[in-house]
Amino acid sequence: MDYSSVIQGFSVVLQPENLLYCFIGVLVGMLVGVLPGLGPAATVAILLPITLNVEPVTAIIMLAGIFYGAQYGGTITSVLLRLPGEASSVVTVFDGYAMARDGRAGSALGIAAIGSFVGGTVSIVALTFFAPFVARFALDFGPPEYAVLALLGILLVASVGSGSRLKALVAAGLGLLLATVGRDGFTGAERFTFDSLALTDGIDFVPIAMGLFGLGEILYNLEDRSGRATAPPKMVRALPSKDEVKQSSGAIGRGSVIGFLLGILPGGGAVLSSMAAYAYEKKRSKHPERFGQGAIEGVAAPETANNAAATSSFIPLLTLGIPANATIAVIFGALLIQGVTPGPQLITEHPDLFWGVVNSMYVGNILLLIMSIPLIGIFVRILRVRGTILAPITVLITLIGAYTVANSVFDIMLVCVFGALGYLMKKFGFEPGPLVLAFVLGSLLESALRRSLILFDGDPSGFVTRPISGVLVLALVIVVAAPALRALMTRRQNRAKNEELV
Amino acid sequence: MSASHEARTPEELAEQWEAEKPPAAGPLSTAAAAAVVVLLGAAVMVASFRLGVGSVQQPGAGLWPLMIGAFLVVSSTVLVLTARRFDDAERFVSSSWLVLVGLGTMVLFALVVGTIGFEIPGAVLAFVWLRFLGKESWRLSTIGAVAMVVAFYLIFVLALQTPIPHLF
Repeated sequence: MDYSSVIQGFSVVLQPENLLYCFIGVLVGMLVGVLPGLGPAATVAILLPITLNVEPVTAIIMLAGIFYGAQYGGTITSVLLRLPGEASSVVTVFDGYAMARDGRAGSALGIAAIGSFVGGTVSIVALTFFAPFVARFALDFGPPEYAVLALLGILLVASVGSGSRLKALVAAGLGLLLATVGRDGFTGAERFTFDSLALTDGIDFVPIAMGLFGLGEILYNLEDRSGRATAPPKMVRALPSKDEVKQSSGAIGRGSVIGFLLGILPGGGAVLSSMAAYAYEKKRSKHPERFGQGAIEGVAAPETANNAAATSSFIPLLTLGIPANATIAVIFGALLIQGVTPGPQLITEHPDLFWGVVNSMYVGNILLLIMSIPLIGIFVRILRVRGTILAPITVLITLIGAYTVANSVFDIMLVCVFGALGYLMKKFGFEPGPLVLAFVLGSLLESALRRSLILFDGDPSGFVTRPISGVLVLALVIVVAAPALRALMTRRQNRAKNEELV
Repeated sequence: MSASHEARTPEELAEQWEAEKPPAAGPLSTAAAAAVVVLLGAAVMVASFRLGVGSVQQPGAGLWPLMIGAFLVVSSTVLVLTARRFDDAERFVSSSWLVLVGLGTMVLFALVVGTIGFEIPGAVLAFVWLRFLGKESWRLSTIGAVAMVVAFYLIFVLALQTPIPHLF
């Protein structure tokens, strides 16, 4: 491996300007991330416009900061308000809120910050060695491999995500459809533009992400079913004690490994890993009954694991160009806007960018650790501000932000349209994640598919006979068939059980 | 969510979340949403043929949209047929009207911002959200709306110098 480029990456990241932007990113990411109801995908989407007016490397460093800040923002609401900002923080609620009720909110948030830092850092180190290896393997990929890989990525996210598989697939189909709007790159024909000049270049990614994730959430929260949110409990002690750190060190170590390994899997890696880490700690504990009553390991393990997983889910993005979940899909979109196409060529053609991205994660992580503890008091104060006051501020930031991306009033209208769509999708039980992901991968998938067909002279069996794409097709078949097989087996087992009873 | 009814164990918490869930809409709502997508998919397929599908050797502009349209028709038809099994859709409640009002203020903002700048529609949006959607007091809503617009003016126009259309 070429270590000089790794070090080169550090010198890029450590420039004062880049450090400043990373700092701003972490800060703003945390501030928006603690707003109730806005998870990391929504936070990154809403803040996208502020990353677009700076240089690519700086923008990416800022994004890494926003990403970490938003993740931690979700943890803060889990512990203080019992409102998980995202699925991967759900298990944190059990012991985190119990700790907060006992006046140990500071310990819980502190250990979550330390765990996130350790998990994230372990994951980045592993990524540094692992990613170039995967990228080298993927360099041989041609259009057929990319077509199958993109399809596999969409299918995996649709099948591992929360909610119904079928509904996720329909949402993904809508995303692919939206990606076809605009001038066709091969023939120049205008597709689904309805003679609108604004649609000729296609629909921008930013209004889609901001609308579906951001405005959709805010509109949905307007219905406000559960009444007023609980007031955050009082903070007694701001830092975890030495004993508490010692007590959770094992959980943090194990959480890092579980998180890294499960995070590489596309689709829901962070969710899966936080649950697996929590369950594992509870299982190996001598006093499992403490879990749910404020066991500090119950906060340390899942928070470490979900941050490790969030970091390792950058591996499929940076080496294959396939985003593994909704938040990474938003970051993928941001990179594309910056003119950076993540994929196997990135590491060889733009080593400064690649290592800039990777190394900025160290900085984002360190800043998170340094800032989270002294700033906890400020976040508690923000959480005391009523949601009814924060909502119009968030809406105005989103609308003005959407305008500034391309100085276009049309984009504000698009954000509104996709905000309405995001709200309706939530009401009808459709996740917006697969739609956004499919939209991001849509044009890649189409051009890879059409190129392959031309390459194969119209014979689709070529997808199976090429060795790598053949293996990927096999994986695709397994992903499609596995749930059906599992359902069949449980049905057979149930029948056997029923027969036994008779 | 009063302190006396607070869930203590993860199981109780899961139960409480279940109880706080919005009212389910039943399978008909899933079927209706899926039927809309079936129609959309069919329309896409028709439009794709007009664009020219080409051949498998020389794919035309319409081939890929045709495949997506077909996929949408098939997957949503399955969804219509199996809608019985879905209970994850939510019923529209009386407060769903608030969403329409909220959306209305955003569309208004989008419609007029190009001609009269962001200050007036921004203040209207903030006021409606505070007073009518958030049920804050008249006083707080008025002061809040003005303060927000002033703050946004200072940040986006004076400090960041973004080209957002403004009146002053």
